Amino acid sequence: MSDHHKTMTLTLIVWRQKGPNDPGKFETYTAKGITEHHSFLEMLDVVNEDLIKSGKEPICFDHDCREGICGMCSQVINGAPHGGQDRTTVCQLHMRKFKDGDTIYIEPWRARAFPIIKDLVVDRSALDTIVQAGAYVSCHTGGVPDGNAILIPKPAADESMDAAECVGCGACVAGCPNGAAMLFTGAKVSQFAVLPQGKPEAAARVKNLVDAMASCGFGNCTNHYECQVACPKGINVKFIARMNREFLKAQFV
Amino acid sequence: MILDGKCPTGPIQQTWDKHRFDLKLVNPANKRKYNIIVVGTGLAGGAAAASLGELGYNVQAFCYQDSPRRAHSIAAQGGINAAKNYPNDGDSIYRLFYDTIKGGDFRAREADVWRLAQVSNNIIDQCVAQGVPFARDYAGYLDNRSFGGAQVSRTFYARGQTGQQLLLGAYSALSRQIKLGTVKMFNRREMLDLVVVDGVAKGITCRNLITGELESYAADAVCLCTGGYVNVFYLSTNAMGCSVTANWKAHKKGAFFANPCYTQIHPTCIPQAGDYQSKLTLMSESLRNDGRCWVPKRKEDCGKHPNEVPEEDRDYYLERKYPSFGNLAPRDIASRAAKEQCDDGRGVGPGGRGVYLDFSTSIKRVGADTIKERYGNLFEMYEKITDEDGYKRPMRMYPAPHYSMGGLWVDYNLQSNIPGLFVLGEANFSVHGANRLGASALMQGLADGYFVIPYTIGGYLATVKPSGTNTDHVEFKKSIEDVNAYTNKLLNVNGKKTVSEFMRELGGLMWENCGMARTKESLETNLKKIPALREEFWKNVKVTGSGKEFNQDLENAGRTADFLEFAELMCRDAHHRNESCGGHFRVEYQDQGEAQRDDANYCYVGAWEYKGDNKTPELHKEPLKFDNVHLAVRSYK
Repeated sequence: MSDHHKTMTLTLIVWRQKGPNDPGKFETYTAKGITEHHSFLEMLDVVNEDLIKSGKEPICFDHDCREGICGMCSQVINGAPHGGQDRTTVCQLHMRKFKDGDTIYIEPWRARAFPIIKDLVVDRSALDTIVQAGAYVSCHTGGVPDGNAILIPKPAADESMDAAECVGCGACVAGCPNGAAMLFTGAKVSQFAVLPQGKPEAAARVKNLVDAMASCGFGNCTNHYECQVACPKGINVKFIARMNREFLKAQFV
Repeated sequence: MILDGKCPTGPIQQTWDKHRFDLKLVNPANKRKYNIIVVGTGLAGGAAAASLGELGYNVQAFCYQDSPRRAHSIAAQGGINAAKNYPNDGDSIYRLFYDTIKGGDFRAREADVWRLAQVSNNIIDQCVAQGVPFARDYAGYLDNRSFGGAQVSRTFYARGQTGQQLLLGAYSALSRQIKLGTVKMFNRREMLDLVVVDGVAKGITCRNLITGELESYAADAVCLCTGGYVNVFYLSTNAMGCSVTANWKAHKKGAFFANPCYTQIHPTCIPQAGDYQSKLTLMSESLRNDGRCWVPKRKEDCGKHPNEVPEEDRDYYLERKYPSFGNLAPRDIASRAAKEQCDDGRGVGPGGRGVYLDFSTSIKRVGADTIKERYGNLFEMYEKITDEDGYKRPMRMYPAPHYSMGGLWVDYNLQSNIPGLFVLGEANFSVHGANRLGASALMQGLADGYFVIPYTIGGYLATVKPSGTNTDHVEFKKSIEDVNAYTNKLLNVNGKKTVSEFMRELGGLMWENCGMARTKESLETNLKKIPALREEFWKNVKVTGSGKEFNQDLENAGRTADFLEFAELMCRDAHHRNESCGGHFRVEYQDQGEAQRDDANYCYVGAWEYKGDNKTPELHKEPLKFDNVHLAVRSYK
């Protein structure tokens, strides 16, 4: 661990936008007294405290758990969703990744399906709409068999879990030049497709999810794989391939 | 007033089954005439909204986040308990019941805990059916791990993110009902008032967090699934948005607040690094399966690199003090033991507020790959925050506020003392007594949501006429006016200190004087300082922007204002309870460092009634009876 007392001064160029119909623009701020142990959001807290004290409106940004699991935080930092550190959400990005004097650009997720609410806050309800279209097993509460009555080979359980790690932050959409939600949707399709519980509805599920994706205004995949790079949970693009395979299979059911 | 929990009587094994039969039913065709509001969409709220919608009720569900999938249940790492006894190691419903009563230091209701243990097995089945990818062995069977306070392996898990997977299960069930139209979902709404008409809960007032507009919603019953209040300490493992607000507003409308002083300080969290810090991060209790807690035996060694402290100079204090449970001692006990070592000057890291959690023995035994498979994401998280590699040097840990066992008072039906107001999950007080065992919070949230409320709410609704969703009643208008006036009051103080400055100050007072150890004097200090801080807040807080827009500063101001009122009640409760039990440790009442209960005088639930602003609340008691597990000194030695 390096010196605790050294602090950094940074120049922030932040997207400010009053509402969905406001044109929005970049504003410049200075962040002072930042240590390497500050998280990126704690650095913004410091800036916001200064803004409030000087009677200015603080920068709005979504955040909640601040431990990398709720998927609420969503900022494009220097052009990269979540700041570009491997498998890291903004809230887990620490200032030790920056150095004194750096200039940092901060923008919201930008995608047609994610209208801006204010500043860095966007509306991601389109992701909920995709899930509502069928990313579930239609079981009832109660009346289900014993947990061990359905044996699931470990590799299948592990693969399902790999897909289920998605936190629904939308970085894959923000990172995609087409604003596609294929990684998100592919992960949902795959989580259930590999499990016996998911098989009965597999064909209808993939069709409904793909339809919902299109009607929400998401683009299509042209194999840039930027989504996988942006994903803070390391969701693999192989799940997009699986979705395509499931989709094709579904045409013959 | 002596409160009646309305617990069924008779042999404990039959209580829930008998009660379910005794509850009145709502005819399937009549269910659609009833409206239910569910506030909060974590495990309790998500599961309740989905299950009630599926039964045929009209449900309106609310959350402050941008999606119901983000509630803080998502952050639970380690697992969920169930009495399946799959490992054949001696578990049973009775043992889970017994462990939970004992773990809670005999301050929970037997019947509620029995029911929880009984339905625990249904939860696992339900989640598996939903496609929750629990860990499995190579034969395809569900895997288990151990957790604190138990000598059996009964914890089911999904890597280090069980909470997220269970929440996604509930969220997917909820999403299915939203699609079917039985549940209407309202995101980015914060409940700011409970509407009570003629003594009965009939709706809520919310702020639309996007537009700032105040909105009224009416229903035949309101379910609060709004989580816990340990953000009263400012630094906790809770999400930033977790607050006491919904519960406090309901309390001010008449709902009793039970055992607010029972808060859980989790033993293994990443120590605070600086004053700017906004939250603390928990490291799952499951790590104590393979990690050993130690501090140097001698103060002089505390500054050394841990790997340079030889084995014989290390004090594995949990193994020393509690040989039969060792590193898997329950949370309250493990936290206090950590504090004890640090208070003794043998803590490590910045400020000497830390103990080591060391994996080297396990890595030698099973290999780094196995450890990585079990806890890989936790090691990653630790490294991101501290820049240290937990595989190569022991992690540093310190206790942090994590969970509230106290909450709104409910009877066996999860109904508060206000008819029509139900409280589920962490928001109620019912099953964890004075200390919650690990992997039990997920169990309770889902038990309440999937398997309790669908039955008990019917028992209530069958006795009332459907009243529709009309919000014309004068009480709805009055509520909107009151909330509006309150919001304007916050915005118009226009002082000099920020909301965070007040919250930090309050958190500091609570941690110092009402934290892991409390004394009569420290609590009396707080009972003086908190009202003064509250007065200063209303004179000198600075809130920017207006009430007619997306305004996060205003959101925080409202939550802080409520914490400033609630904190006083919490201290008052801690002050009145002249005993130590579970997470409530009064320094005056101990026996060789262990909590000393006073069953003769304090074997009751303390439920407080709000009597008006700046008036002393009134204490009501619900005596606790133990017919099955005999009151005994809790020992893990």
